[in-house]
Amino acid sequence: MKARTLGQLHPGQQAVIRQLNGPEKLRHRLADMGLTPGAQVRLKKTAPLGDPLEIEVRGYALTLRRRDAEAVELFAEGGARG
Amino acid sequence: MKKAALIGNPNSGKTTLFNRLTGSRQHTGNWAGVTVEKKEGVFTLAGEEAALVDLPGIYSLSPDTLEERVALEYLWQERPDVILDILDATNLERNLYLTLQLMELGIPVVAAVNMADELKSQGRILTEAVLEQQLGIPVVLISAKTGEGVERLTERMARALSAGAPGDRVRYDPATQTALERTASTLPEQPGRRFLAAKLLAGEEISFLTGAAAGGEVTRRQIRQAYQTQTGQPDCYLALADARYRWIEKAVRKALSRPAAGDAPSPSDRIDRVVTSRVLAIPLFLALMAGMFALTFGPVGSSLKGMMEALFFRLGEWAARLLAGLNTPAWAVDLIEEGILGGIGGVLAFLPQIGMLFFFLSLLEDSGYMARAAFLMDRLFRRFGLSGKSFIPMLMGFGCTTPGVMAARTAGSRAEQRLTVMLVPFLSCGARLPIYLLMAGIFLPRHAGAVLLGLYGLGMAVAVLSGLFLKNTLFRSTRAGYLLELPPYRWPSVGFALLSAWDRCKGFLYKAATVIFAMNTVIWVLQHLTPALAPAAAEEESLFCLIGSALAPLFEPLGFGFWQAAAALLAGLIAKEGVAATMLVLFGGQAAIAAAFTPLSALSFLVFCALYTPCVAAVATIRKEMGSTALAAFSLCYQTLTAYGMAFLVYQGGRLLGF
Repeated sequence: MKARTLGQLHPGQQAVIRQLNGPEKLRHRLADMGLTPGAQVRLKKTAPLGDPLEIEVRGYALTLRRRDAEAVELFAEGGARG
Repeated sequence: MKKAALIGNPNSGKTTLFNRLTGSRQHTGNWAGVTVEKKEGVFTLAGEEAALVDLPGIYSLSPDTLEERVALEYLWQERPDVILDILDATNLERNLYLTLQLMELGIPVVAAVNMADELKSQGRILTEAVLEQQLGIPVVLISAKTGEGVERLTERMARALSAGAPGDRVRYDPATQTALERTASTLPEQPGRRFLAAKLLAGEEISFLTGAAAGGEVTRRQIRQAYQTQTGQPDCYLALADARYRWIEKAVRKALSRPAAGDAPSPSDRIDRVVTSRVLAIPLFLALMAGMFALTFGPVGSSLKGMMEALFFRLGEWAARLLAGLNTPAWAVDLIEEGILGGIGGVLAFLPQIGMLFFFLSLLEDSGYMARAAFLMDRLFRRFGLSGKSFIPMLMGFGCTTPGVMAARTAGSRAEQRLTVMLVPFLSCGARLPIYLLMAGIFLPRHAGAVLLGLYGLGMAVAVLSGLFLKNTLFRSTRAGYLLELPPYRWPSVGFALLSAWDRCKGFLYKAATVIFAMNTVIWVLQHLTPALAPAAAEEESLFCLIGSALAPLFEPLGFGFWQAAAALLAGLIAKEGVAATMLVLFGGQAAIAAAFTPLSALSFLVFCALYTPCVAAVATIRKEMGSTALAAFSLCYQTLTAYGMAFLVYQGGRLLGF
């Protein structure tokens, strides 16, 4: 089964980050903004045109493109942290 | 004089604190060689005057963006006596991530936790002493907006001057910790050695920190390779970020109470239910943009522009009368009245509109709406190598190219900013409208609306196609991801918006007084002198028209190879309004224009006008904002060649089709 990513969440759903994939610069950027393994993320909404996504992480609102969100791999539902 | 550096995340209230500390004792410039804004000021520290440098708002000290490089280079090279780190109390976890990195530099750090009032209204309590004990650096709760706590902050900064550098707080996992210590031992003993070791182990590009890591390269490469084999990670970047955030989570849990309201939606969330909702978001956004555009370029803005022009016209008349009374030769009176004062007036006429525009933009930015606008428009702009942040500069381009180009600074990465600057001139500015109206009125009176729409559409189409072409060639941006924070909505400050508008106007005034003024004077002189350097009695005798005649054959393949048209296009370089006016003067009326052009060559002329090089003011601004003469020259050539090519296609294609 393909791993679940942040890009596949539905609005209102939340999950815990498992690991970061994708190009190096993107991984570094995501980690800087607080998207590190073990952090909880919640998809708040998608933009009216379907992309980018608005998420909540570490108590603030961050927007990112679906393509970049695909690089954030999540634990399956109910996954324990770290 | 002691030096302090102010640094913090974007949206943390950094500029407000800077203004509060320095008051009017500040000035704005640019960091050497880049267009990142640099603000410096003077404030009172320990009873003495001290310098305060406002570093760019950044999230991390990794030198990926221009802003981060500027900040890191300054801190490392200049080594200020104390770092003042401002944090947003309502977003403490992410803000502390930068704090931990600053603490590794070996420079005393004082944390100013801002938005204390907002935190209180959320019903949350931050215990200063606990956070202070966790971090091991002074922590002061402040409200930059009201000034609460700011006095205590400067007292703590004064004491921190002699306190020495903070120690390391975060323990990394054993593999990372060992590799870090081993890397550090290859470096000469210096403050911030561990910071440098972490950068080197993470494989970050820091060669611009000259001489910081000379020698020991081979050993360091071996350590890195051993680390990679041991952990299976390409570098230690993620391990460091992970450990820092884990440390922060623990510290914040101890120092900050959880929100009393639990999961109730915040005020910002409630506003966003409407403002970024599926149905209302786009109409609201368009209405807001239309309103801003209408105010700036509509009756209000244009009457201000008219007043500015009238003012300089009066000034010119007055100067002419004064000079004539002093027996000044007629040509000199003319030069001063029309060339100098007229030229300055023509350029300064833009000033009210530039001021208004940046006033509104500052309000939008300050309130938090700008980030939402980018969120809404991103999808449309991504295809052209841009992001949602380019929408506003592009829209402004329809009013006037110059402020559009200036506004491109907000457009994310350097590549995106430059690409935006490249494309904005293709969007027909308001000053091109008179020539469209004149020519369409003569040749296609019944289809004038369609012609106008077609010309605006052509500009947009060329911009889109150029974006597609240039994003894959000259302005390729690396995929560092598009990560944009949506800050909470906050009331914007009118005073701050006025200040920011004034800042932009000052920059434009400086340009107007130098490059633009010189160019206008040169063109005026060419218009009024014969090749024998005698005053020209009629326009046809002037050097300007001779240049027009020389250029005319170039336009033969486009269907308008006569000197009047060439000279009018040249006049358009001063201001696009000049094209229509010059045409009327040189031809001596609409009837002569109707006789000289065919409908097809008129259309070809219009296409050329829609796309060719913008005015001198815009070109000078493009050069400044690109930060590169070569790129500005490229932009100029690109526009002129595109205009030529398109007009050629229209005319020759039309002829083949039998028009």
